[in-house]
Amino acid sequence: MSEFTGLTLKGAVDGLREKRFTSEELTRAHVEAVAAARGLNAYVLETPEKALEMARASDAKLARGQGGPLEGVPLGIKDLFCTAGVRTTAGSKILGDFVPPYESTVTANLWRDGAVMLGKLNMDEFAMGSSNETSAWGPVVNPWRGQSNMELTPGGSSGGSAAAVAADLCLGATASDTGGSIRQPAAFTGTVGIKPTYGRCSRFGMVAFASSLDQAGPIAKSVEDAAILLTSMSGHDPKDSTSIAADVPDFAGFVGKSVKGMRIGVPREYRMEGMPQEIEDLWQKGIAWLKDAGCEIVDVSLPHTKYALPAYYIVAPAEASSNLARYDGMRFGHRADGKSLTEVYENTRAEGFGSEVKRRVLIGTYVLSAGYYDAYYLKAQKVRRRIADDFDRAWETCDALLTPSTPSAAFGLGDKSADPVAMYLNDVFTVTVNLAGLPGISVPAGLDAQGLPLGLQLIGKALDEGTLFSLAGAVEQAANFRAKPDRWWS
Amino acid sequence: MAIDAATVRRVARLARIAEPEERLEPLAREIDGIVRWIEQLQEVDTDGVEPLTSNVHATLPMREDVVTDGGDRDKVLSNAPRSDEGFFVVPKVVE
Repeated sequence: MSEFTGLTLKGAVDGLREKRFTSEELTRAHVEAVAAARGLNAYVLETPEKALEMARASDAKLARGQGGPLEGVPLGIKDLFCTAGVRTTAGSKILGDFVPPYESTVTANLWRDGAVMLGKLNMDEFAMGSSNETSAWGPVVNPWRGQSNMELTPGGSSGGSAAAVAADLCLGATASDTGGSIRQPAAFTGTVGIKPTYGRCSRFGMVAFASSLDQAGPIAKSVEDAAILLTSMSGHDPKDSTSIAADVPDFAGFVGKSVKGMRIGVPREYRMEGMPQEIEDLWQKGIAWLKDAGCEIVDVSLPHTKYALPAYYIVAPAEASSNLARYDGMRFGHRADGKSLTEVYENTRAEGFGSEVKRRVLIGTYVLSAGYYDAYYLKAQKVRRRIADDFDRAWETCDALLTPSTPSAAFGLGDKSADPVAMYLNDVFTVTVNLAGLPGISVPAGLDAQGLPLGLQLIGKALDEGTLFSLAGAVEQAANFRAKPDRWWS
Repeated sequence: MAIDAATVRRVARLARIAEPEERLEPLAREIDGIVRWIEQLQEVDTDGVEPLTSNVHATLPMREDVVTDGGDRDKVLSNAPRSDEGFFVVPKVVE
């Protein structure tokens, strides 16, 4: 069994092309692994019949020597992507048993290229969370356990995607990142996650959280796998007016390219007070690896870094309060009773939204309410410009930045749920990139003293994912991260 | 400035979320803590700075104003909490 589920996506693509096995065999092995790993709570919906049906269709194409770049490859889909005819909840009770009559562009691109759907993956409600604990379906358990043997969070919001990839429950997964929701879970699970440039992937059919920040991307087992998946997921889409009309290169072609002569910025403001020594040590290792690969290391300053999270916690809730106004119980999803129309709205939303979503909608409504708009929202958008300008200045002296992905390794379930600000601080290294619309990738780079994975982040210029894939490939090769979690769940 | 229970009641009303009376105080404390943390933005000098509203450096694309989609009444209604004869059924709006 594990000979199939232990493959990388690239290994599976090659094996299928060379007819060493069929997609049906490969898919069946994954379907069985998913069913045996329900204790992780990574999948909120398994679609085994659909998977096997898609696999057989792929086998027929492969037998004729046809098929796309992902033909026959089983993937997991974050429950934020609408899948036609397959229940989509975004981790919320308010969507109830919503069955989209349409397909998100990102998943449509994957099916066009031959991928097979194993099911829908757990996530924080409406992607609002950093631990997967706000999901209406309950938290995902990280396949990694430290020496303490405690149950840990896989991070969030793409916790199901990261856990499923780490536990070999799919060959790759879709995810989305508004403030760090791809890169933080990837770092917590020893997987690779990239948030591309804002506009690379269409947002059509993605359940909206904060539209000026939301961006889709893959979580995968290797840098090359992430590159293959992102190539398929990307592309201009007339159905999303913020989608960029830029050519999509074959990102996999950048993996393994020499990084000699590239200038790597190390932003001094990312050296946070109270940051564990292990994170600092890993960062230094990363710098040494890139130096050995021929890169030039440059000291850079991003002076507004500390203001990124507070700005984010105005912009994201403000946009969320507006986006989530659609959940009114009239056209789809949950509807509660009430004596008047207003009461129906109020009760529907009170019953349907979880506490973190309510908190953010209330904050968003507050900062947008009459008299406060200039002091909060407009101020935050101006600070956002300052943050973007910091990056533009950095690009005058370097080609990409190297930082830690997270300020710690995975933490225990329940450890931070009582203190919202402590939870928000998880995204301190990732959120700047969303505000500026830049691409960022997290690569597993080592284990901490507890035996838990840690990640390094590379940040690039807009539309320069290719450079990130080359650098991430160099870090991956130097780190030689081969550790896997013990299979305690099956 | 501190956020109190009355502010939360007003904002919850604006957001159309029913919050029971006993939740108002705890919510006020939570939201006040977050808003105080956000207040540090006031330290940043933003005089003359243009607000950044979009990361896409392009003008919105235009297209011909023609019908490109539609005729999917049953699909549109397929997730309705209540529907009848091709219509959404909603609570009475006009007395």
